[in-house]
Amino acid sequence: MEIPYAVKPRPDTGLYNAKLGIWLFLASEVMLFGALFSSYILLRVNAEEGTWPHHWLNIWLGMTNTFVLILSSVTVVLGWAALKMNQFKRYKLYQGITILCALVFLCIKSFEYRDKFMHYEVHLKDGRIADGHKQPESTDKVLVLEGRYVASHAELMEGEVHHEAEPRIEIPRDQIASMENYGPWHNTYTAIYFTLTGLHALHVIGGAIVIFAIWGPLAKVWEQDPERYTNRVEVSGLFWHFVDLVWIFLFPVLYLL
Amino acid sequence: MSDTNLTSVTSASVDEHSMEEVRKHVRTYLIVGVALMCGTVLTVWASLIHFDSRAMNIALALLIASTKGFLVAGFFMHLISEKKMIYSVLAFTVFFFAALMILTLWSMGHDSIIQIR
Repeated sequence: MEIPYAVKPRPDTGLYNAKLGIWLFLASEVMLFGALFSSYILLRVNAEEGTWPHHWLNIWLGMTNTFVLILSSVTVVLGWAALKMNQFKRYKLYQGITILCALVFLCIKSFEYRDKFMHYEVHLKDGRIADGHKQPESTDKVLVLEGRYVASHAELMEGEVHHEAEPRIEIPRDQIASMENYGPWHNTYTAIYFTLTGLHALHVIGGAIVIFAIWGPLAKVWEQDPERYTNRVEVSGLFWHFVDLVWIFLFPVLYLL
Repeated sequence: MSDTNLTSVTSASVDEHSMEEVRKHVRTYLIVGVALMCGTVLTVWASLIHFDSRAMNIALALLIASTKGFLVAGFFMHLISEKKMIYSVLAFTVFFFAALMILTLWSMGHDSIIQIR
């Protein structure tokens, strides 16, 4: 039995069903991210002075990822336009670039996450605080950090960006009172950062898988039913643009403010 | 992406007029793409300006982000020329999203936003 209105628009909505479906789904997604953004606003505005970190993230990596996602949005819409012009090879090229962009975005994000998980704040028994990246030479007896000692915890909040190589400091493990990396558990900023960017990254992964499936294994549908195939590309493209849209707001909110 | 000019174009029968319409849209997509890139640079530049209040930086960043969001939704997602049904769905979304944000800001009071640190 043929599924009705998979290609032709329904007379009452003027849309084929998948298109109405994706817009309803995107509406629910707006509310999902909206709830998280409102949580962010609550945390950000109610933070006591000197407790909200600034410049903890690498702006240039965030900016590069923004460019990558914008480029992918352009190639998605150009790929769809290529199908409309019956240029399948050109579509394949554009969507290939889109998939590549998704991989680049995820690689950069993984690099940023790794940086946070290797970054430690260490409280020593004598009251000093060390902050830096854990080095592979660390042993059970000595923790080796590439970082610095700070006068107080508050000094870490204004986290200036260190461009020059930081000194290596060796801390005997028995002098450490407590230590914690900059994972989601570190403070409310890292919690909301990992939640928002993690959920966004899951959307990137999901979108990339769907685009890849249509681009690769399902490409034969183009031969059988070009209109249906073009509609699939359109629906996956709408989702991808939404992913780009969310990042457009995440970038300034998390990296710049 | 059902731009009214494009919905009639089927891959099976692409006439010259329709091809020209699509080509025009391709030019628009490229221009929007460049505008989005410039907007990103502008966002970073604006964040480096030191205003008296950090709330000004936040307002400026959100203004630029909203403009970029409009470009993506309006042109890439073709919302500037969509069917009424989609506008109806989005009207509900906009209403509830706005309510969520207004309630959030209202719960915190005006002063706390102005004095944001």
